[in-house]
Amino acid sequence: MSRKLTVALAGNPNSGKTTAFNAITGARQHVGNYPGITVDKKQGSAFVDGREVQVIDLPGTYSLTAYTMEEVVARSVVADERPDMVIDVANAGALERNLYLAVQLMEMGAPLTIALNMMDEARKQGIRIDARKLQSLLGVPVVETVARTGEGIESLMLTAVANADRQAGKPWEPLTISYGPDLDPVLEEMVALINREQFLTDRYPARWVAIKYLENDEEIQRIGRPLGAVAAELEARAREVAEHLEATLKTYPEAVIADYRYGYISSILRQGVVSRLDALEDRLAVSDKIDQVLTHRMFGPLIMLGMLFLIYQVTFSIGEIPMGWVEAFFGWLNEAVSNILPDGMLKSLIVSGVIDGVGGVMGFVPLIMLMFMQIAFLEDSGYMARIAYMLDRVFRFFGLHGCSVMPFIVSGGIAGGCAVPGVMASRTLRSPKEKLATLLTAPFMACGAKLPVFLLIVGVFFEEHQAGVMFSLTLVGWVSALLVAKLLRSTVIRGEATPFVMELPPYRVPTFRGLMIHTWERTWQYIKKAGTVILAISILLWLAMTFPKLSVDQLATFETQRTEISAQLEAAKAEGKEIAKFEEKLTEVDNLESEEALRNSVAGRIGIAIEPLTKWAGFEWRTNIALVGGFAAKEVIVSTLGTAYSLGEVDVEEAQPLAERIANDPHWTPANAVSLLLFVLLYAPCFVTVVAIKQEAGSWGWAIFSTVFNTAFALALATAVYQLGSL
Amino acid sequence: MSIILPLRELKVGQKAKIHSVTASGELGRRIRDMGLISGAEIEITGRAPLRDPVALRLIGFTLSLRNNEADYITVELL
Repeated sequence: MSRKLTVALAGNPNSGKTTAFNAITGARQHVGNYPGITVDKKQGSAFVDGREVQVIDLPGTYSLTAYTMEEVVARSVVADERPDMVIDVANAGALERNLYLAVQLMEMGAPLTIALNMMDEARKQGIRIDARKLQSLLGVPVVETVARTGEGIESLMLTAVANADRQAGKPWEPLTISYGPDLDPVLEEMVALINREQFLTDRYPARWVAIKYLENDEEIQRIGRPLGAVAAELEARAREVAEHLEATLKTYPEAVIADYRYGYISSILRQGVVSRLDALEDRLAVSDKIDQVLTHRMFGPLIMLGMLFLIYQVTFSIGEIPMGWVEAFFGWLNEAVSNILPDGMLKSLIVSGVIDGVGGVMGFVPLIMLMFMQIAFLEDSGYMARIAYMLDRVFRFFGLHGCSVMPFIVSGGIAGGCAVPGVMASRTLRSPKEKLATLLTAPFMACGAKLPVFLLIVGVFFEEHQAGVMFSLTLVGWVSALLVAKLLRSTVIRGEATPFVMELPPYRVPTFRGLMIHTWERTWQYIKKAGTVILAISILLWLAMTFPKLSVDQLATFETQRTEISAQLEAAKAEGKEIAKFEEKLTEVDNLESEEALRNSVAGRIGIAIEPLTKWAGFEWRTNIALVGGFAAKEVIVSTLGTAYSLGEVDVEEAQPLAERIANDPHWTPANAVSLLLFVLLYAPCFVTVVAIKQEAGSWGWAIFSTVFNTAFALALATAVYQLGSL
Repeated sequence: MSIILPLRELKVGQKAKIHSVTASGELGRRIRDMGLISGAEIEITGRAPLRDPVALRLIGFTLSLRNNEADYITVELL
């Protein structure tokens, strides 16, 4: 019989689980999100002895409580999808803590195979483990592996599959651990009650449910409540015991349960399973030495700044090269398609809407790949945890977490980043509230696309103090992000700070393969987005800037003017007179036409419609169109301003004519300039970022919130500054 | 009879045995999930530049926690 088997991979973070997953599945894997949440759903397949095995990579967890989304997911996959086999990847060097998860899996009754991973490191640390003994004492197959080299992986899979076959069709047999004289009697009563009422017994073992009630597990309580009186009875029992323990021993049932689980583990390990030879060099000692430098009171932060600066440098200096290629490719495509297609709507749609829209987004791909490759390096090497460790104290003050620093930096904390990978980098935050606050505020940073606007305005109004103003804008970005984070965390995303009980994994050299897989996973998610949502949005924006068209009469008026000027031009040419004046006039008519067309389009009408509101911040309709266009991508602001100020197409790089125009326009004052700078820095993130926010926050709600809130915030600040400045 | 003191007061390099963990709820569970239970031996390996959080060593691994989280833990100097 060759039934297709399902194997789930469980394990602690830093136990080498992901490396094992990569080793088992090779290239046959794909990543998505569990529906509605941002926890990675990784699946792959492997062939074991000619049989296809479906491998599910459960999120890394220390336990199977329901405090983090990862734990909830890991638990429900095991309980509901009932994999044929669960492989627990345990770090042999820290076996006691790693078996804590294994014991919980066994208490659920899941069929288990244990991979004693990182055996090479454990050996180097002088740890000897008797795997056979562990196997017989736990009653579960134990296989030694070194996932980094692939050693033992084949034998692990063969063992797991054989074990799955052996247990196929048999009911799950949950492990029973004694929880001592205070809890055992109550547990038994609860189990009897649960069995009598068939309470959740189709999903979970009775004793496990009882334990969860004693542990005050909110997820189980939530599931249980609609099922009636039994749940209330169980909760009452659990409360009674808790009060009794509190009164007599000053402890909690969950603490007692944890103590007994660890007690069970150490009773096994003490029977000659683990022995330590202290004489050998401790690998962690090396890690400690590195930490003495890298987290040193003074050098630590300096090295960190240097490291962050380096990442930024590498991304934007090296990234520029492939980014140029991608842009050149889309430029070529643009030209090629323009030549093939006849002039008209279809051409405009495909060239301006589809190719330019998607091309603009794809242009970021090299940057994103480089950024993610380096972030993956920092994560895999163990340094990321140290960054969080060093900065936690500062960030906590603003309701953020030590891990929030990376998304901020990537988004443009050093001016010139990009909020898209920044928002995606917030995935390194495990705590949902701090993550949300981080990804909602990261777009305030001075990203690369905002820079041309800054350069243009600063060049016109603050020529003397360019660098100072640019630096101030970067600072304003940081201050706004931190203060708004503080505001959000004390209002809409209120909640306790998430504990910082975090592992500082030993430093390791990341594997190239692991880096590539991590980088590709995230980049591919980005590309997929560009191909779908963003394509639709580009088309929508094209429509808004194109329709409705000018009426036939209006077009005819421009055409008449052009014919007149052309005739004059021809005449001048024939008489050998100066013709530049006429050519200029001709361009002017063209510009006038495009300005009229823009004014008449939906985008233009919106610009005019919101003028009564934005005039308080000093923006008139032409600026509004640019800002509306900037919602698509901030790069568009300068070119749209150019069009709106009837200058035809303005090259982002060469904003000089526009600058002159603005400088000579009586409407523009320094107050306008500052208000526009602040607005562009802080208003709605660009579409791609909004889509990324949706992806990471798990709902369109927060994506829309960030659009509306940031715009309102920016407008309020811009108005205040403009009004003060105009006094 | 050894002295029982809060974890916060330990200095870098000092070794101790955990005496009690009084945290409940999410924090309590995370602390215990990491193996910080009474009887476990720890060593302070470092403090972050602003003196918070603190890094400590258990058998086989290093972990960090904030001072206000360490306040739920009392230790016995070794």
